[in-house]
Amino acid sequence: MEITPAHYTVLSAALFSIGVIGVLVRRNVIIIFMAIELMLNAVNINLVAHARYLENLAGQVFVVFVIAVAAAEAAVGLGILLAFFRNKETVNIDEMNIMRW
Amino acid sequence: MDLIWLIPVLPGVGAALNGIFGVRYFSKQTAAAIACGTMGGALLLSLYAFVLLLGQEHREHVVTLFDWIPPIALETASGIGAFEVPWAFRLDPLSGMMSLIVTGIGFLIHVYSVAYMDHEPRGGYARFFCYLNLFCFFMLTLVLGSTFLVMFVGWEGVGLCSYLLIGYWYHKKSAADAGKKAFVVNRIGDFGFILGIFLVFFTFGTLDFRAVAEAAAEMPVETGAFGVLSLICLLLFVGAVGKSAQIPLYVWLPDAMEGPTPVSALIHAATMVTAGVYMVARNAVLFEHAPEVMFIVAVIGVLTALMAATIGLVQTDIKRVLAYSTVSQLGYMFLATGVGAFAAGAFHLMTHAFFKALLFLGSGSVIHAMNEEQDMRKMGAMRLYMPVTFMTMGIGTLAIAGIPPFSGFFSKDEILYRTFLESPWLWGLAAVTAGMTAFYMARLMFMTFYGEYRGPAWGGGAYAGAQHESPADGGHDVHGGGDGHGAHDDGHGHAWHGPHESPKMMTLPLQILAIGAIIAGFVGVPAALGGYNWIEHFLEPSFVAGAAHAAEAEEHHYEIEWALMALSVLLAAGAIALAYRLYVRRPEESERLASDFAGAHRVLTNKYYVDELYDATAVKGTMGGARGLWTVDRNVVDGAVNGTGWTTRASAWVSHVIDKYVVDGLVNLVGRICAEGSYRFRHAQTGLIQNYAFAALFGVFAFVTLYIAVRYFGQQ
Repeated sequence: MEITPAHYTVLSAALFSIGVIGVLVRRNVIIIFMAIELMLNAVNINLVAHARYLENLAGQVFVVFVIAVAAAEAAVGLGILLAFFRNKETVNIDEMNIMRW
Repeated sequence: MDLIWLIPVLPGVGAALNGIFGVRYFSKQTAAAIACGTMGGALLLSLYAFVLLLGQEHREHVVTLFDWIPPIALETASGIGAFEVPWAFRLDPLSGMMSLIVTGIGFLIHVYSVAYMDHEPRGGYARFFCYLNLFCFFMLTLVLGSTFLVMFVGWEGVGLCSYLLIGYWYHKKSAADAGKKAFVVNRIGDFGFILGIFLVFFTFGTLDFRAVAEAAAEMPVETGAFGVLSLICLLLFVGAVGKSAQIPLYVWLPDAMEGPTPVSALIHAATMVTAGVYMVARNAVLFEHAPEVMFIVAVIGVLTALMAATIGLVQTDIKRVLAYSTVSQLGYMFLATGVGAFAAGAFHLMTHAFFKALLFLGSGSVIHAMNEEQDMRKMGAMRLYMPVTFMTMGIGTLAIAGIPPFSGFFSKDEILYRTFLESPWLWGLAAVTAGMTAFYMARLMFMTFYGEYRGPAWGGGAYAGAQHESPADGGHDVHGGGDGHGAHDDGHGHAWHGPHESPKMMTLPLQILAIGAIIAGFVGVPAALGGYNWIEHFLEPSFVAGAAHAAEAEEHHYEIEWALMALSVLLAAGAIALAYRLYVRRPEESERLASDFAGAHRVLTNKYYVDELYDATAVKGTMGGARGLWTVDRNVVDGAVNGTGWTTRASAWVSHVIDKYVVDGLVNLVGRICAEGSYRFRHAQTGLIQNYAFAALFGVFAFVTLYIAVRYFGQQ
């Protein structure tokens, strides 16, 4: 069985959906981060697959950028989370509602 | 001669000095010295100018000081003319004579006033002399003015000074009222005068007397017609009637006696009141071209003379007798001008100035001696106490009565003779008036100087003082003799030691004026008595247009003139004799006469009720009209204003309501909607990031769904 771009696309969509659901339903911020990483990597798969399929290296370059951004995002996010945890002693997103009216 | 402008300016300077500094800083002596000095200077200048004038062939001299009103284009009857008035003075026989009268008599009265007003406080003293000088300034401007407008300035100015001087004792209500009355009545005349001036300019395009006279001489005489010249003359005469106290505007003059006696002598006898006669004489050419108006002038003159004389018969206030006498004599002068005898009118003006000033000053002397008593019934036997006053006043009386050779005889008989030639019935009235004049003047003399002393006792403080004046209206006696009225009005509480001769400063002017009253007539001895009637020939250039003398061959009726003279002298002598009988020999007879003819007597005592009539018609009418207008003003005009205000307030209230409930309502509604909306919608902001993410995802799904739906279903 030959693996076509459609397979990659479905995989990517599945991973992305898992990420979305994870973001939406999980309460732990760490896990939400991980779900976000899933979404980013779903995109990465898509990009890499289509870059190869289209024989264009731009997609692969984009992936490198996305990975870099993801790393930075994780670093900043974890930093914020650490600071928040020191104040509130929790990483539960339900209790992170102090920014409302 | 070029210095004639100094004649009016000198008293003007005196008035300015006394008015600005005198009231506050000058002593009485300084104030008097300034006033008399400036008047003396003006007198000398007038004399000098007059002498120069006599030496000239062409007896007219115009001095232009400066351009008063630069040319202004104004419409006239003959196209656009230039309204241009130079401030110019004209010296000709008429104005030369008038300025001599004004400065001469004015100077004597100034001197007299120094003593007469001695009881006044210092400030009032300077104020008095300031007014007096100011009056002379304006009077000389009036007399010497070369155009109608300059004359009008003087005309208004003397009216003002008259007002100020009548009301000199302004704290006395009667004096203040009299001043006001004089001013208002004069205003009526002045209105006619200025209308006449307008018409003069409109008709002739100039206001210069000489130019107007020459232009008028070219115009036809308006016999039996009433043209523009007649209208001008009538308007000018209205002005003269106001100023010279003729019917129907004479009522102010008797009341003007509220002023100090020198004022009565100067303004209300010798000078200002003759301004009307002077003005008519000055415009002789105009008037000669309007015979219909001349007739009106003559009739008004003779009626005024007669009426005032009848009132004078029964008055008991010494000054009021003289006041009515003045009105009467002014009537004579108008009669003279009315019958075309301008020179005779001016001649009588001159002689009258002498003897009437003399009589007034004499009466002032008597009043002074009687401690401000003016009621003749409280005098009597004064000749024993004040011989000089008695002698001089006697001369004045003989002069006014027309006894030869005193001055009044010549001027009055000239008028009577000319009137007789014109119209015998006018002469009849005038002759009757002459008889009455002699009678009331003799009555005045006899009541004052003869008989028994009827005044209050003196000595021992039984009579501490009297009020300034007893307004002897209707014979009502304000203060009974010897009731000890307390301190004098002005607080000069010197004890009164009975009637006494006045000081030299007062008797000297009397004596000089008496000499004038004797000899002034000799300049006009008529040809019938072998004279030359110099004054008439001297004044004639002033009454004709152009230099050419209208050498009219006058026919002389010596027999008529002699007869008339004899008649009037007889009449005067008879009247004096009658007065002697009624007031000296048998005083009870006069009282019996008064009670026999009580009705007539009452009418005369009340001055024909003219004041009451005017009060009931003009004054009440004006007041009623004013009140009506006030009502209109209060209800209609104020109503309109208030209505406007009310409307504004009402509309403002409406606007306020709209603003408050509609505009503010809208604004508040927006705010309320926002507040309400935000209250409801803020619940959407949970602060839970997952809710937001869910909403975003929902949005994505929604759009994608929409996209797909459009893609698939839109194609079909």
